[in-house]
This record gives sequence, structure tokens and C-alpha cells, in this order.
Amino acid sequence: MSPTDASPATPPTSDRRLLKEVLPYVLPYWPFVTLGVALVLVSTVAQLAGPYLVRIAIDDHIAGGDASGLIGVLGLFIATLALGFAAAYGQAWIVNLFGQRVMRDIRRDVFDHIQKLHPAWFDRQPIGKVVTRATSDVDALNELLSSGVVMIITDVVLLVGIMGVLLAMNWQLALVTFAAVPSLFVAGWIFRRRIRPAFRRVRGAVAAVNAFIQETLTGMEVLQLFRQERRRAREYRKLNRAHTAAHLETVFCFSVFYPVVELITAGTIALIIGYGGGRIGAGTLTVGGLVAFLMYSEMFFRPIRDLTEKFNILQGALAASERIVKLLHTEPRIVTPPAPRIPARRPGAIRFRDASFAYNEGDWVLRGISLAIEPGETVAVVGHTGAGKTTLAALLPRLYDVQRGAVLVDGVDVKRWNLPALRRQFSIVPQDVHLFSGSVLDNIRLGDRTISEADARRAAEEGEVTAWAHRLPDGLDTPLGERGAGLSQGQRQLVGIARAMARRSRVLVLDEATASVDTETEQAVQTALARALENRTSVVIAHRLSTIRGADRIIVLHRGRIRETGSHRELLAAGGIYRRLYELQFAEEPVLAA
Amino acid sequence: MLNLWRRLVPYLARYRGRLAFGIVSLILCRVFLLIVPQILEAAIDAVEGGATEELWRYAGYIVAAAAGSAIFRYFMRWHLIGVSRYAEYDMRRDFYRHLQTLPASFFSRFRVGDILSRSAQDMNAVRMVLGPGVMYPVETVVTTIGCFAFMLAISPRLTLVTLLVMPVVSVLMKILGEKIFRRSEKVQAKMADISAVVQENAAAARVVRAFSQEDAQRRTFARENEAYARLSMKLVAVSAALFPLLLALIGLGLAGTLVFGGTLAASGAITVGELVAFLFYYGYLTWPMIALGWVVNIHQRGAASMKRLAEILDARPLPTPDHATPLSRSFAHEPVSIEFEDVTFAYPSQGATGNGKPAPHVLRGFSLRVEPGQTVALVGRTGSGKSTIARLIPRIYDPTAGAVRIGGRNVRNLPLDQVREAVGFVPQDSFLFSLPLKDNLGFGNADAPMEAIERVAEEAGLTGDIAGFPDGYDTMVGERGVTLSGGQRQRAAIARALLLDTPILVLDDVLSSVDSETEARILEAVRRAARERTTLIVAHRLSTIRDADAIYLLEPDETGAARIVEHGAHEELLAAHGIYAAMYRRQMLEEELARL
Repeated sequence: MSPTDASPATPPTSDRRLLKEVLPYVLPYWPFVTLGVALVLVSTVAQLAGPYLVRIAIDDHIAGGDASGLIGVLGLFIATLALGFAAAYGQAWIVNLFGQRVMRDIRRDVFDHIQKLHPAWFDRQPIGKVVTRATSDVDALNELLSSGVVMIITDVVLLVGIMGVLLAMNWQLALVTFAAVPSLFVAGWIFRRRIRPAFRRVRGAVAAVNAFIQETLTGMEVLQLFRQERRRAREYRKLNRAHTAAHLETVFCFSVFYPVVELITAGTIALIIGYGGGRIGAGTLTVGGLVAFLMYSEMFFRPIRDLTEKFNILQGALAASERIVKLLHTEPRIVTPPAPRIPARRPGAIRFRDASFAYNEGDWVLRGISLAIEPGETVAVVGHTGAGKTTLAALLPRLYDVQRGAVLVDGVDVKRWNLPALRRQFSIVPQDVHLFSGSVLDNIRLGDRTISEADARRAAEEGEVTAWAHRLPDGLDTPLGERGAGLSQGQRQLVGIARAMARRSRVLVLDEATASVDTETEQAVQTALARALENRTSVVIAHRLSTIRGADRIIVLHRGRIRETGSHRELLAAGGIYRRLYELQFAEEPVLAA
Repeated sequence: MLNLWRRLVPYLARYRGRLAFGIVSLILCRVFLLIVPQILEAAIDAVEGGATEELWRYAGYIVAAAAGSAIFRYFMRWHLIGVSRYAEYDMRRDFYRHLQTLPASFFSRFRVGDILSRSAQDMNAVRMVLGPGVMYPVETVVTTIGCFAFMLAISPRLTLVTLLVMPVVSVLMKILGEKIFRRSEKVQAKMADISAVVQENAAAARVVRAFSQEDAQRRTFARENEAYARLSMKLVAVSAALFPLLLALIGLGLAGTLVFGGTLAASGAITVGELVAFLFYYGYLTWPMIALGWVVNIHQRGAASMKRLAEILDARPLPTPDHATPLSRSFAHEPVSIEFEDVTFAYPSQGATGNGKPAPHVLRGFSLRVEPGQTVALVGRTGSGKSTIARLIPRIYDPTAGAVRIGGRNVRNLPLDQVREAVGFVPQDSFLFSLPLKDNLGFGNADAPMEAIERVAEEAGLTGDIAGFPDGYDTMVGERGVTLSGGQRQRAAIARALLLDTPILVLDDVLSSVDSETEARILEAVRRAARERTTLIVAHRLSTIRDADAIYLLEPDETGAARIVEHGAHEELLAAHGIYAAMYRRQMLEEELARL
């Protein structure tokens, strides 16, 4: 059961709205549902035949003292059992097929929708929650459809069927039998009214205990160093007591409810015996009829008894579907505009026009950035940690949108570009190259079908990947473990560079790793980089001297603003931020020729 | 399974009175229930005999028997399920207390989420064994014995015929159950694959977009999604058969009983009433047969969960000597020395299972002595081992070899409580509990007078901040209170340690979140307050530890183990123009840059 089910905050109207959201997923599979319901009818009829056959056996054969006809009854009985089995199995199978199809579709749509969402959404969303939406929440929704709805249909059909048979057999006795039904509903109603607050208290107590243990675990070191274990355990005892007390209340509710139902059932049996006996005396009922009545009444109460439990399942499923619907309604913020543009000439010109950006409102990371980068130019961006360098790069392929000002690529505001086309303009080699599951080659091509295998192999060659990958068991076709396990930081970076080279995009963004790459690959990285930079517009977020050396221009970013611009020599001579950064970061490297 | 019960029996034994009462109630409940078919039998035979006017009397008997059954059913549930809740209370208490005794080396192997899920889900699975896992098997046994007794009394031959169905049901259930288990394991594994795809996709959200990988990711997901649906249907092919098959088999038994019993009744060997009673007993037997599979499932899950709980319950606290001589009284009032002698240390390997690789040594043959009353600073790059050294003093970790001594006594030979009483430790991560601020400051001493709390708050430079809090010292802080800034938290953590007035004070890089002027001011106050203490400061910022009696600069050697490369007073180290001097220059530059 989910912790949020049956919360009083859920407005009752949302159930109907929810149904409207789920309906489009269900409708395509209406033949499955129809067939399922038809099979429910068949299996119900087969189930109802049992007591009726008992009646025939007793009245027509046993009571008469002639057992010879019983073999025919046995044949009929076995036939209905076989039919019942086939129908019930078929029904369960078809209902599950329906449920699986619906789940598959919903899961696909949930995942598709997640692909459309902007990175800022992920920044605020714990990954575990995203996973839950696509997995267990969808399962809960299936519970609602296949178990919940279908089970209730089955129960209702069975109840109506039994009522019909009983009325047909002897309507007076049938009415007497039904006399207990209202009291059963009243008992169920009282039970639900008491169990609901009890369940709510249980959820509260469970949450409190978990939160307390979590806090203890997080603060364990402090707790132990200050020798407060005993005091903390005393506090825990209070919560543990409340937890047990809340559970005991539900135990009490169930302990009372089941006996009450038992009494009502027995009362009905007593009524059937007492009143039915009189009917037999009057000749309007047979002994077999009486036995059949008793058996039907057993069948009759079971679904009503279980209704309470099914109700709880449904509540949990509703809460889960609500979460899914909410996710599907999360508006993607960064999308291709209605009339998107793809500039005819795309040489790779970049312009920031008074651009400001904040991850959290008011907390500006970049302020009033104005900067023009010509096609083919290499610009290095330097700055202290937290200056906003990586953020600046993330604005180019519209991973985030600026709040003020604009970012233009090839003369067109990125917000007006066709989004996939815009992103194709860029290749980013981040600090920590993310590798997907797949082979080395897959990771270079990244599912881009316009890159031929030969192109990818050439990129691997030029990006110095082949140089070490040929030692892997299957060379470039070696599957990489989860997140490229087993590759060094430097090797991963080389894959990242090869990836960028294979894409042949106009603009290259290098967000260099500060972590020192092992000396063996260091030289390889440099060679590969130099090749990658040729003939491209490049933005190099620089930590290393050698990449700055090749830059046409250096931009100094400090606390979200561009503070200095110029060549290495000019900036060094100016003696400003750059000089200090230089002394700070490059002091241990060989001094540049001034 | 044996292991499961070996651990559970002591918990149940405490409630044996209730347990016995519950089981007696269960038996009585069943006895009353099993009388009902006997009454039906008499009633139907009466009808057959034409005595229909007596039936209201039998109806009364039925209600009476049902009332008896209902009353004892209440006692049965209330006690048998209730006992499982009481035992759960005890288990949770013991589990929690045990957690509090476990050392840091344990918590580095288990993630918080992992321990939490064990304390919630696994604990619940074990509780199910104690409740339904006890009640239903007993119910099954009692019902089965009772039914058979009555059935045998009616007709041994008919009982034999009915009996034929039972083993078939059990065997089929077992075969199907195993198939279902294997196939559902495959479904579970596929679900894990789906989770992994979503997990990776969410973790790499930026990369996916920057490289337009959305479609490739969709294809990957669709593949797993289809596979999951396919595997699920394979499972359904078996699992969908379970219940219908059960119904059919039970029906088959009923049909057989009806025909064979009917023949007996027709020949007069048994009465019609007896036949009906027999059919009812047969009906009573079906539920226990169904429940059996469920009970087995509860026990299997319980055993698996118990295994996971045992991994925590069997973890051992730090070893403490059996007959430790406590510290002398004067120890608490005089400064004492701290000494590391030839200390070697490696962190326990990560992960619950460990990856088999021996962890690298952080310290190897490390020695250092701090004289009583001295203030000594440890500096060095991140990962140079300075925090590790600090953590060995209050036995957060124990050295793998060598000795750590306070006041000349090896900390391992002292009672753990006394070591921690002697060492005021301010950890890097200044964790505050969800308590009012004053309780957090007085965390180590619940009886501290308010003046003492106000004094340490003053020393830690917190008084100004507290004046700005909504409820002053009564402001709730921590996870469920107001959010303090990193600097405020760190200063609160210092105040908390100062309050205890310990002979030794260890500060583990505690002021990283405040600016250097504030840090210097607080450290000055701490030094004044702690004039009589032996103080070890692990620091990142060099400008603030200039006044320490001695500064030790640590650097990892080629294997990664820490060694002292430079030491002396601040001025001496600067004059030496070594690594310390270079670090100092860099930090001055950084501070200058931060001011620009």
C-alpha cells in the first residue's frame, strides 16, 4: 500500500478525472475487455451449476433411493467443472494480457514524456522517484485495471447470478436469505469508518519511526561521540509504542469484523433452515433445494466479505495513477517553437546578448553576458570554481533557457531554432564523459544513423581511441560495463572526444576535466584535441595551459560576469583576475613564453 | 528456516501466555464451527423424517454454535495477531539499540537507505511469520484433524474417496508454485533492467539532450518494455491457471463425494443429513489447502528477510576490554597528551560484500605526539589522511596496527564511554538533530544550565545568529526545523563540543563554510576557552592556524599513505620555502580573488 492513499487531501472528483485520463489507454483493447467479461459470465454460470447439481442429485436420485442416475450427474458435474476451468483460465489470461498491454503503453508514454522534459526538471527530481513512476506506479495502475475493476465485475456478476437462481428456486426463501445483506453492509460500513483513521494512524506512525531511524543513522557519529545512545533509545521507545498501538487498533478492528460477519452468515443459515423447513413441510421446497440454498449462501457472502480488502487495493492504485497522470501533465519547458527556424547558412556563429541565467530564481549564476564568437574561432573561458563556466556552455544547446537577454546561434535566437537541429550544431565533451551501455563504437556513434560505421572507426582512430581499445577483448566492439566501468578517466575522455569528432558538428564545446589524466593518456588527449579543434568554432572551458595556448581569445568569467577579455599576453600584462588565476592554477606548470 | 526460528522463538516465548490463550481460542473456535454441520445433519434428517416443526430449534442451535465460534475467533485473532505486534515491538527495540552500538566501519559498508529498507520491509516480512505465519498453520492442522475425525465418523470409505483429491491438490500446487516462482524471478529481473534504463536516463538527462539521444533511449526502453510484457505473459500462462485449477480440483472432489456418498445414501448406508454434513466438512477443508501455499510463501520470505536482518544483527560493536581500568578522576580536569605510535590504518573495503581488493593504507607507521595543553594543527591536501588521524582519537575507527594513546593509555584498553567522555570531537559534517537549538547545543549534557549553553554559543560566535531566529534558543533546527546555513551549523557543532569541557578537543576541518575572518575569530575564542585543553585542529585554510604551537603538513607517499613532510611553527615553515609556503601563497591569492 502506498503511503499517500486515502489521504483526505484528495478531492473526490479527481477519481472521475483520473478515469478520463486512463480511458484512452484502455479503449484500444476493448475486444479483450469484452471477451474477458464474456468469459466471466461463462465461468459464473459454471460455478452456479455446482449447488444446483447437488440439488438434482439429492432430490431426483438419492432421496428416491435409486443411485443409478448419479453417474449422469457426475458426468454433468465434470463437464461444468471443465467448462468453468477453461473459462476462468481464459478470463485470467485475457485480463492479464489486457493489463500488460495497457501497462506497456503507459510505461512507454511515461518514458517518452520524460525524454521531452528539460534538465531543470531532473535537477529537482530525485532519480528514485523518476524510476518509481515508470515502474511500481505503473504496476499499481495495472492492479487498478485488471485486479480491481475486473474483480469487482466478477463479484457483481456472481452476486446477481446467485440472487437470480435463488429467486427462481424459491422466491420467498430467497427474500429471507437476502434479509441479512443490509446488516452485512452496515457492518462493513462501520468497519470502514473505524479502520480508515486507524490505517491513517499506522501510516503516520510508520513514517515517524522511519524518519527517526533515518535521522539516527545520519547522525550516528555525533550520537555515539556524545554518548547519547540511551537518551535517543528512550525517545525511540515512544515512537515504537505509538507504532505498535496503531497496529493493534487495526488488529482489533479485524478481530471484531470477521466474527460479526461469521455471525451474520450463521444467522442466514439458521433462517434458511428454520424458514426452509417450514416450506418443505408445506411442500414448496425439497431437501435438495434446501441444501442448494445453504451452499449458495456460502458463495454469496464471500465476495461481500472480501470487498473491504479490494477497496484498500483500489485506494493505493488510485494514488499511484494520480502520480503518473501528474507526470504526464508536466509541461516540457524547452521545446521546438511552433514556427521553428533552421538558418540556411550554419557556419557556427555564437552570440550572447546581455544574457542572464539563474538555476533558482533570483540567484543569478550568469549576469548580463555579452559575447560574440565568430565561425572557426577558438575561445577559451577561464574563471575560478563557481564562476559559471559550465553553465555558459549549457546554454548553447538549450539545456537551459536564459531568463533575460538572448543566446543566438548563426544569427537566430536559440529559442526560435528547431531544437534537434540546434543540438546537432554542437558537440560537447563534458568533464565527466558519460558512457551508455553498449560497445565502444556504439558510444562513439550514439545511435546517430547518419554516422556510418566507417566514419565512427575513423573518429576512433583520430581520437586516439583505437590506440588503446585494440587491447580490449573485442576491440572497438567490446561492450562497456555499466557507465563505462573499467575505463580510466582519460580513456573515457578520449571516447568523448571521438564522439564529438564523429558528429562533425560546427561547434565544439570542451569542458575539460580538472582531474589530472594519467600521464600515459595525457599526450593522446592533447593530440586528439588538437585535431578536433581544427576548422570548428570552439568554446574551451580551460583548466590546462596547453588548450589556452591555441585559443584566439580568452574570456575571464568571474562571479557570473565577463570581467576581462584578451589574449594571454594582454591579460597577463593587465595584472587583473586572469593574472591571479594564472598564478593560482598554472603556477606549477612550465611558464609560457611571454 | 531453522535459523529464522532460532531467532524468533525467544521473542515469542515472552508472550507464551497470550500465545497459549490464542491457540486455545483457535481450537475452541474451530470446535464450535465444526459442530454446525452436525446440527445441519440432525436438521435435515429431521426434515426427511417429516419433523419440520422442530427446525426453528435447530436454527437456534446453529446461531448458538456460531456465537461461540465468533467469540473465540475474536480472541484468536486478537491474541495471535496481537502477539506478533508485541514481538515486533521488541524486535524493533532490539534492532534499534543494536544499531546504536555499531561502529563507523559498519556504517561505511551499509547505505542509510539499505538499513532503512531492512528495518521497514524486512522487519515486516519477519513479523508476518510471527502473526499469520503462526496462526494459519495451526488453524490448518486443527481444522484438518477436526474435519477428518467427523468425516471418518460418518463414513470411513467415503473419507478415503475424498482423500484421493488432497494429495493431487498439494502436488499440483507445489509444481505450479515452483514454476511461478522461477518465472516471476525472471519478470523481477527484467523489471530491474527497466529500472536501470530509467535510472541511467534520468542520471544522464543533460547528456541525453545535448547529444539528442532521446530516440535511441526510447528504442532501448521499448525493447526492455516489450521484453517485460512478454515475460509477464509467460508468467501469466502459469499463474492464471492456479486458482481456476484449484477450484476445478475442489469441485472434482465435491462431485466424487456427491456421487459416491449419494450411492451410499441411496442404499441407506448413511443418511442424507450425514451426506450434507460430509459435504460441508469437505468445504471446510478447502481453505486450509489454499492457505498452505500462502503460509509457505510467508515463511520463505520471512527467512530471506531474517537473513538480511541478521547481517546487521550479527555485526559486532567495537571490541572493548573485559576488565578495563577506568581513568583516574583527575584525568577529566587536567590536559593530557595525545600520542600516535607506529599507527597503520586502512578503511574497510566499500560495499556490503566488498570487492575483494584490499583497501589501500591511509596511514602506515605513523607517529605523532601532542603534549598536554598544546594546540597542534594538521594540514595538507584533500585525501592526505589528516581527518583519518583525528578520527582515531575518539575511536570512530580503530587502527589496524599500532596504538593511539591519550594520557599515556591506549584508547583500546579503556572503556569506550570514558574515551568519548575525554575527547570533545567536532566532526566535518556538523549534523544537528531535529530538536530545539538549545537541546542541540546541550546535546552531550541534558542537565547543562542555560548559562553554560549561552556561554558556549557566545564562544562559537553564534549569539548574533540566535537573536535572529524565530524562537531564539527554542527554535527547532535539523531536518524538520529551520534550515541553518552551513556556517551556522558548524558553529553550533563547535558550541556543542565546547560545552562538555573535555581535556581533549579535536576539530576536524570544521569551519570550511565560514569566511576566514570569522574562522580566525572563532578559533581564537576556542583557544581562549580551551587554554587548559589539548587541542588538535585539522584545517584546510592555513591563515587561521598561524598561532598553533606546531603545524604538521601531511602528504601522501607513493602508495597513498600519509606522512609528515614538514613541521614546525608557522613562521618557521614559511621561512623554509617548502610545500607549506607554496600552499600558503596560493591560499592568499585565492582569498584575494574572492574579494575581487
